[in-house]
Amino acid sequence: MPTLAGRNRLPPALSLAPQEPRPPKTVELSLKINGVGHAVCIDIRTSLLDALREHLGLTGSKKGCDHGQCGACTVLIDGRRTNSCLVLAVTAQGQAITTIEGLGDPDHLHPMQAAFLHHDAFQCGYCTPGQICSAVGMLAELASGAPSHATEDLNAAPPASDVEIRERMSGNICRCAAYPNILAAIKDAGGLA
Amino acid sequence: MKTFSYERVETVEQAIDAVRDRSDARFLAGGTNLVDLMRHEIETPAHLVDIGALKLDEIDETPDGGLRVGAMVRNSDLAADPRVRYRYPVLSRALLAGASGQLRNRATTGGNLLQRTRCYYFYDPAKPCNKREPGSGCSALEGFNRIHAILGQSEACIATHPSDMAVAMRLLDAAVETASAKGGRSLPIAEFHRLPGARPQIDTVLEPGELITHVTLPSPPPGRQVYRKVRDRASYAFALISVAAVIDVEGDRVRSARIALGGVAHKPWRSEAAEGAMQDASLETAVKVAADELLAGARGHGANDFKIPLARRTLASVIGGTEP
Repeated sequence: MPTLAGRNRLPPALSLAPQEPRPPKTVELSLKINGVGHAVCIDIRTSLLDALREHLGLTGSKKGCDHGQCGACTVLIDGRRTNSCLVLAVTAQGQAITTIEGLGDPDHLHPMQAAFLHHDAFQCGYCTPGQICSAVGMLAELASGAPSHATEDLNAAPPASDVEIRERMSGNICRCAAYPNILAAIKDAGGLA
Repeated sequence: MKTFSYERVETVEQAIDAVRDRSDARFLAGGTNLVDLMRHEIETPAHLVDIGALKLDEIDETPDGGLRVGAMVRNSDLAADPRVRYRYPVLSRALLAGASGQLRNRATTGGNLLQRTRCYYFYDPAKPCNKREPGSGCSALEGFNRIHAILGQSEACIATHPSDMAVAMRLLDAAVETASAKGGRSLPIAEFHRLPGARPQIDTVLEPGELITHVTLPSPPPGRQVYRKVRDRASYAFALISVAAVIDVEGDRVRSARIALGGVAHKPWRSEAAEGAMQDASLETAVKVAADELLAGARGHGANDFKIPLARRTLASVIGGTEP
């Protein structure tokens, strides 16, 4: 894993080198999130995650590592699970983005959200929106027959086994280690229990 | 992150035009490595050319029984393609051993080849690194070098190439097709990645403005295909050692074999001498000659000394057939 120490510091040689000034650039974007179009005017460097959280008030998606290592920022883009911290918002125009807020709300929970509650599949809850979005995307991948590292026979439909689900969810880290209940919730929601 | 100008292109021609005479421009595909490098300010492109809309997302049959893979085919899609699973299982296995489900959904075939090393010091601007800042020194030589190279390294750099996919493609003798203002070319993947030498800042032989458009796989060689990855976690970690192999065995004798090692060098590592010596050898002899030839000249730097016996044992496991 890359170290994070000193990432905001520039080495002397770099900071002394003459550089062309680069004034900040702002862009107007149109993003389709949870079925609704949103126009935002943001710095061009803004990640999709920061656009959601800081500019659109959709704070369900969480920032853990901001480097694509923890999975807390997972959203669905055109139905596929993606680390939103590694997506520049400017590149996400025209794509259908689904966040945890779009899956369900307190009065109309998505089955995966309900299963996480029922199975107590979290402790602090910080990784949970990413876990749930990832699990929804993962079950679709499994249903499509896509193999994983745990799949024994590449030419057969992969089984919905515990070892398959654990492998496929390895991109979502839970610092509280609620993994057993996360697994139970996913199996329940997927009709696999 | 340094700011940048941005354009989204629809065709390969537009992509090439967009970076013509601009050494400060970069193509952006899946972004799983580049966006992170920009956030660390290790990459500071002034102009980003988004190639996400290029129609390079298909996998086609070639006349000689191979496959031609578009550079924008996502790692997930390449691994799941039924033709790849059936004819090139070593490639499916290598892809599936890399990264996470989310990252594979985003990462592309071309981008995977171009990802940068995961050397800790490359990502730490507070530390010298010849790959990031030529001439500043190598912090890994006397530092934490558990994940570093044992083959082909130089005094300037002991970084490894992190890709699993590239190791399988090297095994399969893939060709990398490119387009540029000078025209297109096709490069054997063996020549695509460089050893660090005195210029570790340059990972590949791609020229400025050159765009990967396809990777072509020749028809698969006969034999059992294996990808074995050894890492610090059971999932979602870079290789300490990986072995890609295709071994054609009759009884106890090796008819033909190819082996590529990952996690050991600045590029996927193969040895013609090893493969020549394995031919017509018994399995027991093949294990020994493969390890001797592939690891000839291997040396560790302290914390990565273990990679030499680990590579030998992983080779024994793969060639000896104890792997599925």
